[in-house]
Amino acid sequence: MGIFEMVGTVARSVFRKPATLMYPVKTAKITPLSRGHVVIDVSRCISCRICQKKCPSQAIWVEPKEKTWQINRLRCNVCNSCVETCPVKCLTMDTHYIPPVTVRPGAELFHITYVKPPKPENTAEKKD
Amino acid sequence: MSRQIIIPFGPQHPVLPEPIHLDLVLEDEIVVDVIPSIGYVHRGLEKLVERREYTEYVYVAERICGICSFVHGLAYCQGVEGMMKIEVPERALYLRTIWSEYSRLHSHLLTLGLFADVLGFENLFMNAWRLREHILDDMEATTGGRVIQGSCKVGGVRRDISSEKLDQMVSGLNELEKEMKELTEVFLRDSSIKSRLCGVGILPKKEAYEYGAVGPTLRGSGWSIDARKLGYAAFSKLNFEPVVETQGDCYARCAVRAKEMFVSIDLIRQAVQKIPDGSVEVKVTGAPDGEYFTRVEQPRGELVHYLKGNGTKNLVRSRVRTPTFTNIPPLVAMLKGCELADVPVIVHSIDPCIGCAER
Repeated sequence: MGIFEMVGTVARSVFRKPATLMYPVKTAKITPLSRGHVVIDVSRCISCRICQKKCPSQAIWVEPKEKTWQINRLRCNVCNSCVETCPVKCLTMDTHYIPPVTVRPGAELFHITYVKPPKPENTAEKKD
Repeated sequence: MSRQIIIPFGPQHPVLPEPIHLDLVLEDEIVVDVIPSIGYVHRGLEKLVERREYTEYVYVAERICGICSFVHGLAYCQGVEGMMKIEVPERALYLRTIWSEYSRLHSHLLTLGLFADVLGFENLFMNAWRLREHILDDMEATTGGRVIQGSCKVGGVRRDISSEKLDQMVSGLNELEKEMKELTEVFLRDSSIKSRLCGVGILPKKEAYEYGAVGPTLRGSGWSIDARKLGYAAFSKLNFEPVVETQGDCYARCAVRAKEMFVSIDLIRQAVQKIPDGSVEVKVTGAPDGEYFTRVEQPRGELVHYLKGNGTKNLVRSRVRTPTFTNIPPLVAMLKGCELADVPVIVHSIDPCIGCAER
């Protein structure tokens, strides 16, 4: 490396803004497709347990009787598998990463508020 | 004959990013024998194939390696598709090619950076990793993951790239190519780097073949063998020649990697020009039955995936032969006769990825 090339590289590095970010003080670069963390819409979840079956790292537990949906954020490897297979599309992928932690948290618990709508009564029979 | 002593090198060593243990048998400062041992990061990922559905195992296969994750996913998907005789749409094949060349770019920049770090050239290391960041940004913008892409699936790819984004990627690479040229000039022409690499860790042509070296280690010793020439994905429709160097020393292996980056950029340009329109995935039904071998070219060399199914949703066997594993015997051959101070450089010249080798 000639001395001139070296001076050129140094000069450019002096005037260019830093190549690194002060993470986590500044948030990481995020694109619209970034896989950050899974978000659930509890008002639409039908407790079908497909997300639990399709999760490769077994991070999701669904209890249909107790109407709870749990996720262990440290087990979850953010592969998007549950989001893709959810039949009612109540799971979405948020683009923001979860913040780093110093203590291992337990599973995050969500209470499902979805209520199965009653079957529409057969009005044709009543008329008769 | 002077007295022999054994110096342990690794599994924890400042120059090693991953744990490999080498017992170096020394006579004075000269290495006369090497006893390698691995087994510090074994995770049992191959066994997991029995407990995950074949469509979910892609996520596990991708996590075999943190650097060439896309290529592992690609090899696994190709294996299942071959077993189930699935015709993958043309556009998906081109997208796979583009992503696998992107991962080659980022792996080679990473390796060259680490190599510079081993040599004590910290500045060059930082510069290499600064360029790598642009590649990773493009990866994240198109797949959603910086390192683990998760974009390959059985029957195609998960995400499409719009034609505007493809053009943007190519123009970004054109800009990056100039900076890469400057970077590789330093690796190839700088006198202090040359004095550290030339004539060190020589692997003769015949031995390279006999010990089963793969990838840049093999091509640095004068063999023009590249698994991309098999024509998997869309490589059969693109023109390229494998980069070959004949000296067989650390400098040759470094030069192969430096020059291969430009071949990769050229391949991406060709693929973007030729990419057809159409769907990117086909619906997959049924379960794989039979067995299949796939060979693909990882940044580190030839990767082999062997898969066996029995007609159920779970495969019964997956076997992965990674390039680092096959490059360990050539490494032992290279190390014999070298000086103790050159050991870190030679170990890094095969680009070891131990997490990959042990799975």
